[in-house]
Amino acid sequence: MTVPLHFHTITELGPLVAAGRLSSESLTRACLAEIEAHDGALNAFITVLGANAIAQARTLDAEIAAGRYRGPLHGMPISLKDLIDQEGVPTTAASRVREDHVAERDAPVTARLRAAGAVLLGKTNLHEFAFGTTSDDTAFGAVRNPHDPSRSPGGSSGGSAVAIVTGMSVASIGTDTGGSIRIPSAACGTVGLKPAWGEVPCEGVVPLSPSLDHVGPLARSVADAWLIYLVLCGQPTASRWPLPARRSIKGLRLGVPRQYFHDILDADVRERFAASLAWLRQAGAHTADVVIPHAGGAAPVYLHVTLPEAAAYHAAALAASPERYTKNVRLRLEMGRYVLAEDYVRAQAARAVLRREVDAALDGCDALVLPTLPIPAPPVGASIVEVAGSPQPVRGMMLRLTQLFSLTGHPAISMPIGDTPAGLPCGLQLVGRLDDTEGLLATAAACEPFVIA
Amino acid sequence: MIEDWLAGACADAERRGLADLKPLLESLADATRALRAAGWEDTSGTPAAPPPAGTVAPPADGAPQ
Repeated sequence: MTVPLHFHTITELGPLVAAGRLSSESLTRACLAEIEAHDGALNAFITVLGANAIAQARTLDAEIAAGRYRGPLHGMPISLKDLIDQEGVPTTAASRVREDHVAERDAPVTARLRAAGAVLLGKTNLHEFAFGTTSDDTAFGAVRNPHDPSRSPGGSSGGSAVAIVTGMSVASIGTDTGGSIRIPSAACGTVGLKPAWGEVPCEGVVPLSPSLDHVGPLARSVADAWLIYLVLCGQPTASRWPLPARRSIKGLRLGVPRQYFHDILDADVRERFAASLAWLRQAGAHTADVVIPHAGGAAPVYLHVTLPEAAAYHAAALAASPERYTKNVRLRLEMGRYVLAEDYVRAQAARAVLRREVDAALDGCDALVLPTLPIPAPPVGASIVEVAGSPQPVRGMMLRLTQLFSLTGHPAISMPIGDTPAGLPCGLQLVGRLDDTEGLLATAAACEPFVIA
Repeated sequence: MIEDWLAGACADAERRGLADLKPLLESLADATRALRAAGWEDTSGTPAAPPPAGTVAPPADGAPQ
């Protein structure tokens, strides 16, 4: 059966649009039809910009006809997590707290996408204020996983991942503070890139924890994520298109951190990860175990940084209208008001130790490789899941394998490695050097053909 | 003492009508104990260096950007 065009990658669609063989308007209309047909059940979108998007697509088609081609994102329908400002459109952050908000201007990342020719299709649903990993605490209804609607799509960029899987947009822009791009990517079966910290501007994006917040793409392939990453960084893409040939898998050196990261893993996730590693080795990659001594201490460090930073941003709204928050998010924000300053400072100092330990683990490696999520997508609303026979807190499990690299700022990417027997996607995470997100992308592109089941 | 801090925090939460916060504060106290007990000596074998550009933490007042 032929896959409809709006389910293809940007890398495949771009040349068709550039050649005038596919119109942006038809692509945009196909995405809008998917939203119309399926979003009532999945809640991926908060705002759909149907008429605006079609008008934008027509303008972009006219440019192609007139011989002006902006680059690979020209005419591509892309969604934004509803934490990112788009001029004249509400940024709700999935919260009643921001009921009357309308953005006065584009965030820099929005402006860069617009300049690159992206069609801004709408704003996607998320965990309220990005303060959660399951996308079920939201003023706009829990986001549902398209692989099993009784399951969470992960979060906080849950709507973005759902939009890509279901053909509602060809790619999406998310944010990641402890794993919020990589977690839904793993739970839904998309590629998700958290660039190195500070590479992509967070201005015009509602903050969660400013010293940890990252903006990045969710996409259908590593090459698509790479193209969008270049645009988000403000780099020209037209001159980089097509992307350089991917790095060879042969001789690639992958470090495997097992201690802590493999201590609590769902059996199906463990099996998928082991199979992926075996395929990579068979293809010519070299793997060696590495150790990150304080990895097990990352969770309390993360908590002592995010809670007070989030509480500081929300202090005024918490005082003025606490009832407008969902209950769980409000309680977590309140918790942040009780963190002692000395522990915040301790946690920030610990980040420097963790950063050096990850750097040391990467010494002699092209990337670290580990699962993205230790569990498949949990049931919507669950607070406890059973993992290898033991009850575990969902929130702790969701953040367990991603938060360390948010704390250290290293670039990290999740890509799909097939499904569990129950049909739930699993993700593989690659972590690269601090100053080399493109090196990580090249490594991921080399691995991609060998891990997609 | 974390115990004193926890007792004070729970009493304050109760006074503010946030009794549901108590179990979260107890889990925060556990996390604080873990943070302080972790022994954050550098084991990377590399000399301590200033963080790379762009990874400097914000001022301790955590002012949102």
